[in-house]
Amino acid sequence: MEPSSHAFKANAHRALGDANLQRAMTMMRTGFPEKRAQAIARLPEFDALRDEGIAIKNHVLAHLDFYLERFEQNVVANGGKVHWCRNAEEARQTVLGLCRALDAKTVTKGKSMIGEEIAVNDFLERNGITPVETDLGEYIVQIRHEPPSHIIAPAVHLVKEQVAESFRATHTDLPSDRVLEEPHVMTDEARGVLRQKFLAADVGITGANFLIAETGSSIIVTNEGNGDLTQLLPKAHIVLASLEKIVPTLEDATTLLRLLARSATGQEFSTYTTVSTGPRRVSDLDGPGEYHVVILDNGRSALLGGEFQDMLRCIRCAACLNHCPVYGAIGGHAYGWVYSGPMGAVLTPTLIGIEEAGNLPNASTFCGRCESVCPMRIPLPKMMRQWREREFSKRLSPATQRWGLALWAYAVQHPALYRRLSALAARVLGLFGKARGRFRSLPLAGGWTDMRDMPAPQGKSFMTLWAERQRKVGRAS
Amino acid sequence: MAEPFRVALFVTCLVDLFRPSVGFAAVKLLEDAGCVVEVPEAQSCCGQPGYNSGDRAAAQAIARQVIATFGQYDYVVVPSGSCGGMIKTHYPALFADEPGMAEQAKALAARTHELVSFLADVLKQEHVAARYAGTVTYHDACSGLRELGVKDQPRRLLQSVAGLTLREMANPDVCCGFGGTFCVKYPEISDKMVSDKAADIAATGADTLLCGDMGCLLNMAGKLARLGKPIVARHVAEVLADMADETPPIGMPDKS
Repeated sequence: MEPSSHAFKANAHRALGDANLQRAMTMMRTGFPEKRAQAIARLPEFDALRDEGIAIKNHVLAHLDFYLERFEQNVVANGGKVHWCRNAEEARQTVLGLCRALDAKTVTKGKSMIGEEIAVNDFLERNGITPVETDLGEYIVQIRHEPPSHIIAPAVHLVKEQVAESFRATHTDLPSDRVLEEPHVMTDEARGVLRQKFLAADVGITGANFLIAETGSSIIVTNEGNGDLTQLLPKAHIVLASLEKIVPTLEDATTLLRLLARSATGQEFSTYTTVSTGPRRVSDLDGPGEYHVVILDNGRSALLGGEFQDMLRCIRCAACLNHCPVYGAIGGHAYGWVYSGPMGAVLTPTLIGIEEAGNLPNASTFCGRCESVCPMRIPLPKMMRQWREREFSKRLSPATQRWGLALWAYAVQHPALYRRLSALAARVLGLFGKARGRFRSLPLAGGWTDMRDMPAPQGKSFMTLWAERQRKVGRAS
Repeated sequence: MAEPFRVALFVTCLVDLFRPSVGFAAVKLLEDAGCVVEVPEAQSCCGQPGYNSGDRAAAQAIARQVIATFGQYDYVVVPSGSCGGMIKTHYPALFADEPGMAEQAKALAARTHELVSFLADVLKQEHVAARYAGTVTYHDACSGLRELGVKDQPRRLLQSVAGLTLREMANPDVCCGFGGTFCVKYPEISDKMVSDKAADIAATGADTLLCGDMGCLLNMAGKLARLGKPIVARHVAEVLADMADETPPIGMPDKS
């Protein structure tokens, strides 16, 4: 996916003017937070569970090499194979090589953000292999030739009328006069179409929510069961995962799963939790003939030991997106690459560079709602600020902003000068604003007054009035 | 009787420039509670605009100055959760690599409080002697709420104001879209956020919006006025100090 994060402002402008998107966002802004709040209210020990989850992740990050090697040993012992990929290109080539070795024509896919990160669909297609997304939301965005706009709800930016339109345009063998109004009717239609794809696929690709070192298993959660059909029916199952997905034991994974479902959708547990451990054994009735795990680094190991290490605790629950007022205003596509919302604002610059993604960590009010709901307590605002500091020290922020800051900082560090300036500004603005009490426009303040009035100062600065009061008190005593 | 507390008022740059009445309301509330209030002359800004724009060096220099100016008081009180949060939670982080300064920053942080939570939590004040004939709705400014835990304190004290009815808006904890320089760097997104906030405020039917932070208030009052909503905005301190009669609401002309 070609990033358009540099065009964030233009993307956001478009998003704010998109009536369908705004309708969809209005629903999501209240839906997700309410469900999460209810789920957490039902689990009084949620905060203790959070601490437990954080401890697991921090332990893993401190011993990442050990657990990854152990994972590989166990995958191999089960008859599978691990493929270590330093970057997206290596991962794409690995997947293509595996597909070609099986002479694959079609590939079914469970939802995978790593798949998006390495843009595997476009790559397979260019090489004559047809990928079919099987998560309903992913399927919808695939037939619309769009990327997902949310890490767990790929089509959250759409309203049902748009989905119906896309189904009509794609499922042309179905009667054109069929009624497509109810979501469950559309779901049934997609199920019917996808059933054929499941049966025909040569290879199944899924992501992984967790990799289990002690058993060599991968775990995915879905609410549709599509992951099971994707990975069980074809000749091979390829798991795409980034290296921080590793946890030591199944028990650790269950702790994190309890946090994940509540934080993500407000469920106690996702509908399907699927554990995959190697290819089909002789005694198994079903299962893939081959089991491959593609483990992607793509710059993550470079975050270890640095100021962005905490980001590697992320379990991709999307609570930060769901509670972010900026995400809620503009949706995920405006962020211009795979990851959006607060987690994207921190992670994206590590993956595609701060030069491309500089707007993302800047487009935040630091309201802190993301950090407050993050099950892993990742200090997202703090890390966005760290990106701003890097930009500032690399002189990437706009020159006008840097000059403005320099003047402001000088004045603030000279309180006597500052008092005079503040008193002057209060007097001048107070005088001009006296009649109406506010301004409809002000020179150089279009960013403010295009949208809202600017209340006028009362006329004298506090420090001026306080000095006057002190003089009066002095005279009186 | 014990010595009264010596409290330094950190006025904040927005109160100093836009709305001194908030500073005087804070002084009145503190003096009524038996504190001796001083206003150190060598104050300007807490440094947050630089800090949040990535200029760590400027933020540190300003923080040093604030620490030197405000280090000697029993308490430092700030009529803003945002500036209060800067001193209380971010100053110690600014000097994490400088042990001597970190100690001083932590010591100042421990003595620094947002105004309303200082009254309620430190001075254990449960009611105020004030009257306000109106229906108010209260917006939780983000830093005060999430960095300092200011949520119930203003509501408890407002309940004690004679004649006042408090009516909660939907999502009082969702950001109004101010965010310091955010509102002018990303004006369209900010506008969407403050428009949603204005709709939530208007839906309560309240005649007055209260909040503990001038930045958010300028943003929300400015939007309500632009939309022509018949709702006035004030800093919560003005109502708690019974000084709402003394000055017009934010952005309204003086009719006297």
